[in-house]
Amino acid sequence: MKIAIASGKGGTGKTTFALALFLANSDRSVFLDCDVEEPNAHLFLKGIEKQKDVVQLLIPKVNADLCNQCGLCVKSCQFNALAMAGKAGVLVFNELCHSCGACTLICPTGAIQDVETPVGEISIYDLKGGAEFLSGRLKVGHSAAPAVIQAVKKHPSTTPYTHHIIDSPPGTSCSFVTSVSGADFVILVTEPTPFGLHDLKLAVEGVENLKLPYAVVVNRVREKDHLIKKYCAEKNIKILLELEEDRRVAEMYSKGGTLLEVLPDLKEKLNLLLSDLEDQVGANP
Amino acid sequence: MKSNTPKELVVVSGKGGTGKTSITASLASFFPKKVLVDGDVDAADLHLLFNLKNTKTEDYYGGSIAEIIQDKCTQCGICESLCRFDAIIFEENRYVVQEMSCEGCKVCVDHCPEKAFLWKPDLNGIWMESETLHGSLIHARLTPGSENSGKLVTHVKEIGKKRAIEQNTPLVIVDGPPGIGCPAIAALTGASGLLMVTEPTPSGLHDLIRILDLAAHFKLKSCVLLNKADINPKYEALIQAEIKKFDASFIGTLPYSKIFTEAQLKGQSIVEAYPDSKESIYLKEIAKRVTSFLGL
Repeated sequence: MKIAIASGKGGTGKTTFALALFLANSDRSVFLDCDVEEPNAHLFLKGIEKQKDVVQLLIPKVNADLCNQCGLCVKSCQFNALAMAGKAGVLVFNELCHSCGACTLICPTGAIQDVETPVGEISIYDLKGGAEFLSGRLKVGHSAAPAVIQAVKKHPSTTPYTHHIIDSPPGTSCSFVTSVSGADFVILVTEPTPFGLHDLKLAVEGVENLKLPYAVVVNRVREKDHLIKKYCAEKNIKILLELEEDRRVAEMYSKGGTLLEVLPDLKEKLNLLLSDLEDQVGANP
Repeated sequence: MKSNTPKELVVVSGKGGTGKTSITASLASFFPKKVLVDGDVDAADLHLLFNLKNTKTEDYYGGSIAEIIQDKCTQCGICESLCRFDAIIFEENRYVVQEMSCEGCKVCVDHCPEKAFLWKPDLNGIWMESETLHGSLIHARLTPGSENSGKLVTHVKEIGKKRAIEQNTPLVIVDGPPGIGCPAIAALTGASGLLMVTEPTPSGLHDLIRILDLAAHFKLKSCVLLNKADINPKYEALIQAEIKKFDASFIGTLPYSKIFTEAQLKGQSIVEAYPDSKESIYLKEIAKRVTSFLGL
């Protein structure tokens, strides 16, 4: 079973919740940090890095000796990743390249070659007690986050595990889609604020477009009745868990601690939560 | 009046939820003439803190996507073999484009020997222009799950700059997205300066280093604001040390405060909702420092 944790808004407690869910069930799951632009799980899990793989993309390289400056490559690129720079010839902006191969295919003189270029890396960590987790990391200056996310999700190290807990990036753009696609269930973590509600609605639209089953976790709850509860009731969305606003949690997080250290009783709840999802996903494959 | 190039301040953070939007809205009060841009197009919240008037809406097409004309397709399979995004699949005895996977690169369209493709504009969302008490706000709504978020960020920034020139205002303030990928790169490209909002946590520091690194990569100057500073006071020194390494400047701190949420619930910025609070007084000082940071 693949469970993706997403949110729309950043900083709602996605990683905090995903880590707690993983730690409560680490005997049967693997953790995938797919927030590759800003991966943070390793700061809290403190494992031992045992393997590091490079994620590469094919990015064009122009051989100036063969280039006749016809400009077909620049015209063919839909992402403005190539530009004609007068006598200097064709410039490639790696960070804009989608690695589609259009320029290489169109070049009449064979001056463009696709070169494997590192855009990120995947670290695999061992944890105390035998568990593992994977962390994807986009190289600074590159925009190919979806390629790195895809590589983490397909990594062979994930295959032995029955459950994948996927920590997703904030937002609702292509990185979010890549991270949650193929999940059996999506948990949207939000907070009872106008920003939290607004971005939850966007995330709900995103998962509904992808036709994925989902439910909500509300973090930093201050009052019994709140705007997320009202929205979820209207939309008939299940709230799996509510976590109260607690300065101790914020302080523990700032020291690199996890939710279960402040709220040890949560472990059993999260154990049950995963088993319930198992039943639910099993019933509606 | 002579034409001017407005300065562009982009507010970024690396990590999400550090307070970018609340701080952007508050700073707006201290700059009398500016244009506001919400550059976080896939989770845009800035408009929730303003009273919007006369919102004009336009569709946004960031690119195009391919569709196979079945009558012309001879099923040679060239498109499938050239597509690097696995967007062309063979199902029910025909090739089809999976729209969710199509990145809009046009390789299939250009290399089909039968010219059996349509190249359709891809509606990625809308962009809007609203009047607020603080002047024009340019904002957008990416259709959740849609492509071209980076292009939409670039688009709202371009409109913002254009309006600033037309209105002869010296400043554009852009509320940026989290992260360091495509939308973040689009947001910070061409900025006069970056204001980075961070928090005293392992993630805040880790993510700040990555956005500082990205700013250095694009040779942009940065200043850093530490929000929620009192959650863990020992971080200020760690953050200062990183700022020094990257030759950025430290611009101040704000305390962990419930009025961020209280103001949000009122649909106002902190400075509007609680003008006499200590947070507002700090923010006024921060605005002064931003002014000199940008050389306004």
